[in-house]
Amino acid sequence: MDPNCWILPLITFVPLVGALIVMFIPKSNYSAIKATSIGISLIPLALSVWVWFAYDRSGPQFPHGIQFGVDAPWIPSLGVSFAMGADGLSVPLIFLTALLTTLSLVYSLVINERPKEYFWMFLLLETGMMGVFVSLDFVLFFVFWEVSLVPMYFLIGIWGGPKREYAAIKFFLYTMVGSMAMLLAILAMYFNGGRTFNMIELAKAGLFVGPEYATVGALVFWGLFLGFAIKVPMFPFHTWLPDAHVEAPTAGSVILAGVLLKMGTYGFMRVLMPMLPEQFERYWWIIAVLSVVAIIYGAFVAMAQWDFKKLIAYSSVNHMGYVTLGCAVAGSGAMASQSSKILALNGAQMQVFSHGLLTGALFLLVGVIYERAHTRMLTDFGGLGARIPVYAGMLSFCSLGSLGLPGMTGFIAELSVLTGTYNASPLLTGLALIGVVVTAAFMLWTIQRVLLGPLNPRWEKMPDADTREVSSVAPLMALTLLFGVMPMLILTIFNGASQAIVGLMH
Amino acid sequence: MIEHAWLIPLLPVIAFGLVLLFGRKAPGNGAYVAIAAICASLAMSLAVAFQWFLGGASAAHNGLYSVTIQWMPVGSQMIDMGFSIDALSVVMLLVVTIVASLVQIYSIGYMHGDPRYPRYFAYHSLFAAAMLTLVIANNVVLMFMSWELVGLTSYLLIGFWFERPSAMRAAKKAFLVTRVGDVGFLAGIILIYLKTGSLNLFGDAGVFENLTRLDVIGPWGLPLTAIAGLLLFCGAVGKSAQFPLHVWLPDAMEGPTPVSALIHAATMVAAGVYLVARMYPVYLADSSGMALQVVAYVGAFTALFAATIGIAQNDIKRVLAYSTVSQLGYMIMSLGVFGYVAGMFHLFTHAFFKANLFLGSGSVIHGTGTQDIREMGGLKKKMPWTYWTFLISTLSLCGIPFVTAGGWSKEEILAVAWHTNRVVFVVGVLGAFTTAFYMFRLVYKTFYGEPRKHDIHAHESPRVMLVPLVILAFLAIFAGYVGTPWANVFERNLVPVLGHHYEQVLENKLAGMHHGFNLTVFLFATGSALLGIFMATIIWLKPVLRIEKLEPSFGWLAKLVENKYYIDEIYQATIIRGLMAAAWLAFAFDKWVIDYAIVNGVGYLTRLASDLWGWFDRTFVDGLVNIIGWITKTTGSALRYLQTGVAQHYIFLLVSALVVISLAVIAGHIREEAWIPIAGFYR
Repeated sequence: MDPNCWILPLITFVPLVGALIVMFIPKSNYSAIKATSIGISLIPLALSVWVWFAYDRSGPQFPHGIQFGVDAPWIPSLGVSFAMGADGLSVPLIFLTALLTTLSLVYSLVINERPKEYFWMFLLLETGMMGVFVSLDFVLFFVFWEVSLVPMYFLIGIWGGPKREYAAIKFFLYTMVGSMAMLLAILAMYFNGGRTFNMIELAKAGLFVGPEYATVGALVFWGLFLGFAIKVPMFPFHTWLPDAHVEAPTAGSVILAGVLLKMGTYGFMRVLMPMLPEQFERYWWIIAVLSVVAIIYGAFVAMAQWDFKKLIAYSSVNHMGYVTLGCAVAGSGAMASQSSKILALNGAQMQVFSHGLLTGALFLLVGVIYERAHTRMLTDFGGLGARIPVYAGMLSFCSLGSLGLPGMTGFIAELSVLTGTYNASPLLTGLALIGVVVTAAFMLWTIQRVLLGPLNPRWEKMPDADTREVSSVAPLMALTLLFGVMPMLILTIFNGASQAIVGLMH
Repeated sequence: MIEHAWLIPLLPVIAFGLVLLFGRKAPGNGAYVAIAAICASLAMSLAVAFQWFLGGASAAHNGLYSVTIQWMPVGSQMIDMGFSIDALSVVMLLVVTIVASLVQIYSIGYMHGDPRYPRYFAYHSLFAAAMLTLVIANNVVLMFMSWELVGLTSYLLIGFWFERPSAMRAAKKAFLVTRVGDVGFLAGIILIYLKTGSLNLFGDAGVFENLTRLDVIGPWGLPLTAIAGLLLFCGAVGKSAQFPLHVWLPDAMEGPTPVSALIHAATMVAAGVYLVARMYPVYLADSSGMALQVVAYVGAFTALFAATIGIAQNDIKRVLAYSTVSQLGYMIMSLGVFGYVAGMFHLFTHAFFKANLFLGSGSVIHGTGTQDIREMGGLKKKMPWTYWTFLISTLSLCGIPFVTAGGWSKEEILAVAWHTNRVVFVVGVLGAFTTAFYMFRLVYKTFYGEPRKHDIHAHESPRVMLVPLVILAFLAIFAGYVGTPWANVFERNLVPVLGHHYEQVLENKLAGMHHGFNLTVFLFATGSALLGIFMATIIWLKPVLRIEKLEPSFGWLAKLVENKYYIDEIYQATIIRGLMAAAWLAFAFDKWVIDYAIVNGVGYLTRLASDLWGWFDRTFVDGLVNIIGWITKTTGSALRYLQTGVAQHYIFLLVSALVVISLAVIAGHIREEAWIPIAGFYR
């Protein structure tokens, strides 16, 4: 067993312990609740940074091996074990989860409506999300997958906007539908894969290969696909997203966009591609077409939005389209060269990270302005650039990053995905490039509607971003710039995982 | 110094950070920091240039010095990037640093008192950094990155006074229109990378060495080299404001005038020309010649088309903007007809005289407070320095031979066109005529005659603005002497940049061309310019020809030109409207079809089903349970009447039962067969 096997369970369960501690703080003691929660969230953050640096970039990758691995029997009679581990796919996501949780909690210092429940639920949420990214046993994976759902349901349902109950239920039920499809598929894999839930063994088993498995293989594939695609969300399963985002409290939106959506694409890369390569290769073009539709369609629908938050939500549909497109190309079999597939998958992973940083930051910034103006309608703003220059700088930076400006992570991601795709299908690349232009259009139009032009006299006294707000957004901006200028720093992590996954897929 | 050329863009980056962070606390409100950085870059560029051209570094490094670092892993391969120094990049370094430092110095005076003064200089530093990176990049992706960043700074500076709706719209338009072209550029990069396996331009594994891999027939029967060349050219069309993506540049004049001089006249808009020149081996490798044909005709068309619009504009900066579009067309056209050196030479000279013209117009705007030439007039006496420098650069732009820089470069372009493509030559000559015509209209209306508006109290600009004007005017005359037909130093240094193979290809294309002075071309070029000046003189200076008299017969034409051929309106009605309609359509579909009809529909059906099931459950399942209960209960209550507790009743029942059973047993024994028919009935 790995000498560092303690690290991942620790990262996962420290927030849970923290949630329990917060439960025992008197609910009127707001500052103790907030300080404890933020303090505890710093532990997984520090540990995840340690993991980042301790991770061996040329070391073993799933499913050939795993790092920081732990594997203990849990329910031996069913073949369920407590298996955790990390590779190039999960290390950046562990860090992203820890970072966004801490920053969201910092941003949430203003929450004064039932803060005790809010903060312990947030910590519970962190445990759920972390667990998904480190689990290597399907039962464990599924448990965490569902655990992460519950706190988010309450975060939307209790601290959300006017239509919060509708949004929360829609979010919960929609995701549950996917979870059930996924569970059935997992069970099918369990019974066909030697009665084990261990993901490494299932990936190595080479399940559902050959014509006799065509039907069951397809069913399992689409079951898993549905579970993950709803989470991403891919077109046409995306409509829960705008509702959930618009109603969720700011920090909830950040986590939703920054981490929860990534669980879907993580599922693509961890489960769908390595475990069902044959089916993936057969159906890759469906995923690719849906992704390109998401890119273009998401951009157009975002352009039609007047609610700032809904606009960012739809831009997520557009951005996640690149991730799934990269996955699709990476699994396209003989359609593309090996290096193109690796490039596409690197790009997809980069986009996951980049979207987490940038969209997280954008949701925070929408929150900042909503707290001041109590409106999110883009028609209500205008000319704020002169009044609140620090905020304007941050919003412009993140919007430009989001539209894929070179020098930031989004560009590296889009470039890699598009280059990889070109090899598989120039047509899809060409269509996706339309999305690139439309994305630029709606992002710039948004900047214009909020920041430029004559100042709306309503906001003459609007205060600029304060320390709390700047400190929750600035780290995200710094990382976007750092990895955008020096992609080596992070791409060598992705690259190992991509090589392993593409290597499994012929 | 050459090894440390990466410092040239780095210093402005540092200045950008410092000025942005410290703003007014920095020396000179940030201006001195920015200017110190760009002047240091200028000094380093000059050092590089001396070392390269005069110090023998070029020979020592075999014409190319290139350094790379690892940038991005792809599987087991590694994508490198870095910088390179060759004659082309040295020329661009000089142009950018010279003009940028002069413009920044000029801006001290022009932007004096602006509320966002430090920010202005921060953006300028960022621009310089990006532009300098662009010209020394040895990797197409690095080129693209800095290309986009100069676009960003252009966006920020056009929209510098973003409170003005026109400025913010112009900024957005500039970004989006150029991005349309950039998408093509990006596709070109992707194509080149996938086919040559490299993003680096130089070296054995580089793009230029492996262009033969692109020499296969692709879509529409064109070789992939042509496709790649055309895709790259899309980027140039956007950035260098060529038709049909020229519409953003005139609007970009909403930015502060020094910005127009630096970014929208001398350097950034010339980046498109630089791109085509830098990637020239791709065009030369194109066996169909299609790509360069397109380049030539797009450039030629733009050169003439924009020049005609310039005649009818009344905003001093807009006239200059259309002039810039037209001159960029000239350069592009030149590259299209194998005038590789001539195009770059024109870029070089144009940078100085056009920057000077813009700064001069800035001085006029600063002195009069208006941009409308109909309100000006008679400024010659009040602003003598501005007038003289403006006039010198105008003459240079018109291409007056021997004494101006523009004269040399324009003639060189026409000389190449004369040899390779006569249609382009004719367009070029017509363009030269039109240029002289609208420029002298501008000069006469601005500086001659009497002031047409009397509440304007024109005054000469401060010295900090005049010194750059004088230096640029000097360059507008003397910069051309590096490329005279008799001693073309420019050509001698620039052609080897292509590398031995493509140098040969270019020479073959120009085989038989008369090198040196070409009298025919000279007469055409000079004659057309002088004719243009003459026509302008008899219309606007000494009105022999009354323009009002021509109005009735050419009214529609004047209106067409004045309205820039309604291109903006056409785009508005088709593309912008189309995009917005698509957006609304997509949203309506999303809201009503996907979300309302399907998702909520499924939710509704699920609820309906559960309601039905609930009703069934209540009515039948629960009903059955209740019926059983009811039966039990009813039976119980009925039987209750038997339980009377009276002993006689029980004895009576007991005896009665005994009698009945006894009778039945007896009857069964006696009349057994009598039951058979009934039993048979049930059998």
